[in-house]
Amino acid sequence: MSSPTFEFSLLEQQLPGGSVRLVEATTGDSWIELKSHALREACQILRDHQDCQFNVLSDLTAVDWFSPAGKKPVIADPRFEVVYHLLSLTRQKTLTLKVILPRPDRDELSEIPSIADLWLAANWHEREAFDMFGIRFTGHPDLRRILCPEDWEGYPLRKDYEFPLEYHGIRGR
Amino acid sequence: MPQSADQRIIELDVRTDEMLVNMGPQHPSTHGVLRLVLRTDGEIVHEVIPHLGYLHRCAEKIGEHLAPPQWVPYTDRMDYLAAMNMNLGFSLTVEKLMSQVAPPKAQLIRVFVAELNRIASHLLGMGAYGLDLGSFTPFLYGFREREIILDLLEEVCGARLTYSYVTPGGVTHDLPEAIPIPPGLAMLTGRPAGATISWVDAVILFLDWLGPRIDEYHTLLTENHIFVQRTAGLGVLTREKAISYGCSGPVLRGSGVEFDLRRHGDKIYTSLYEKFEFDIPTAPFRNAPREVIVGDNWCRFYVRMLEVTQSMRILRQAADLWTIGGVAHDPAGHKIPYRLTTKLPAAEVYLETECPRGQMGFYVIGNGSAEPLRTRAKSSSFCNLSVISELCQGVLLADIPSIAGSLDIVMGEIDR
Repeated sequence: MSSPTFEFSLLEQQLPGGSVRLVEATTGDSWIELKSHALREACQILRDHQDCQFNVLSDLTAVDWFSPAGKKPVIADPRFEVVYHLLSLTRQKTLTLKVILPRPDRDELSEIPSIADLWLAANWHEREAFDMFGIRFTGHPDLRRILCPEDWEGYPLRKDYEFPLEYHGIRGR
Repeated sequence: MPQSADQRIIELDVRTDEMLVNMGPQHPSTHGVLRLVLRTDGEIVHEVIPHLGYLHRCAEKIGEHLAPPQWVPYTDRMDYLAAMNMNLGFSLTVEKLMSQVAPPKAQLIRVFVAELNRIASHLLGMGAYGLDLGSFTPFLYGFREREIILDLLEEVCGARLTYSYVTPGGVTHDLPEAIPIPPGLAMLTGRPAGATISWVDAVILFLDWLGPRIDEYHTLLTENHIFVQRTAGLGVLTREKAISYGCSGPVLRGSGVEFDLRRHGDKIYTSLYEKFEFDIPTAPFRNAPREVIVGDNWCRFYVRMLEVTQSMRILRQAADLWTIGGVAHDPAGHKIPYRLTTKLPAAEVYLETECPRGQMGFYVIGNGSAEPLRTRAKSSSFCNLSVISELCQGVLLADIPSIAGSLDIVMGEIDR
């Protein structure tokens, strides 16, 4: 994917200073990094601006950069990244957005604004990210677990997740 | 006026109590382990609440502990009706991350198996949809044809459903030069059983036989008056809603958006298909029955039927390239060997490919070790299913299987 310099300069003009950053990668995808307070406005611009037209939210997911004890840390500060993959059907272009969140302790939740009203696709994707990572999307209409049972404890895709010993009489591990 | 609207007036007059009906997870027309909770008032459905996760196996977590080629078998078990396409999507993602390109021979073999698998998947979709609506014959026909494709794919890699054939770097085996003609194909085409034939010739023999059968299916289902009554004008998904919900594949094209990643996708994927001529069937259709509305069940079904014909076109062109174009003797071979200890670069790639059910995305992040830091599978059926609450508002109870079936979901892919 070519570097999204055009989208970056557009966002830089319209958003408050310091809330947007371009990360150019030599291999693989480049992306635009946003502060969480600028997320909704940025999404709205990217979706509605005549020269952007990112009308599809292909994917929304999260990444946990925590390194479990005994493993060499990948980066210095453990954190969550919420990743948005946008697609424009008309321009046939893709774009990656990232928001970095502080990583909370076990069983506590991180917070980020929901974009479920901008793209209806985000509704279920945000529910999945909540289910798997414990990220609370504020303003989401119906934030429930989607793949795990509703009484499941913990967030399975976190790197420090421990599989339960017992669930309703079923032995685990 | 459609029959359902008549019925609704009568039903509204009766005024029955609201009732919660549980449909699934073991209901035959939910196509797997989907559970729908329906809030009904007599025959009218007011609300549909889908419950997922009965087939959740944490495939993404498993992927963080395995080298990419070891995770390929897990992609088989996502969309198990189109496992070749799933293998292909993931393999291309890893190749893009490692800045590799598969040899030309592997690329052509990938087109062969992916398109054969697409035909098999759509034939099953057609048969199962007929069965949902009470027509048994297309189901038997669909399975008869699919059986031959499974035989052909078995000759390639030894498996009938979960192939793990396409891997990062190429494909695991070369195409077999001579195979005993599959018994089903021999019987249907009147060839002597046990004769040997080259694999590509067997594919062409099958396509020659399948071509006239497609017209039969159109008579059986597409133009069938009862079928049209059960599907046309029902479950209408507008173009705007389809885009906003992130629908893809036949569901998006049935709503009138001409978009196919084989033409409009990432370069690493479109380069497989740039040599081939094919159309992208998109609603509206000129020859549709007059009850049909763009974005209804019938359009989604018809897009799949037309895609079978387009895949057949691609396969014929691929066969020409293989034999006349000389790709069969390409010296680069069919794969670049992949060592499981190979370190992945510290970079990330998200890539979507056009699977039979829509745009399947894989997201791989490397961090300098052999196992990726994160593997993510974005499922097309997941987004396609999310429209069901919206489509099923105010329809009759008997129309739920018709709408759910037209989305053609596979639960293995949704729950992962």
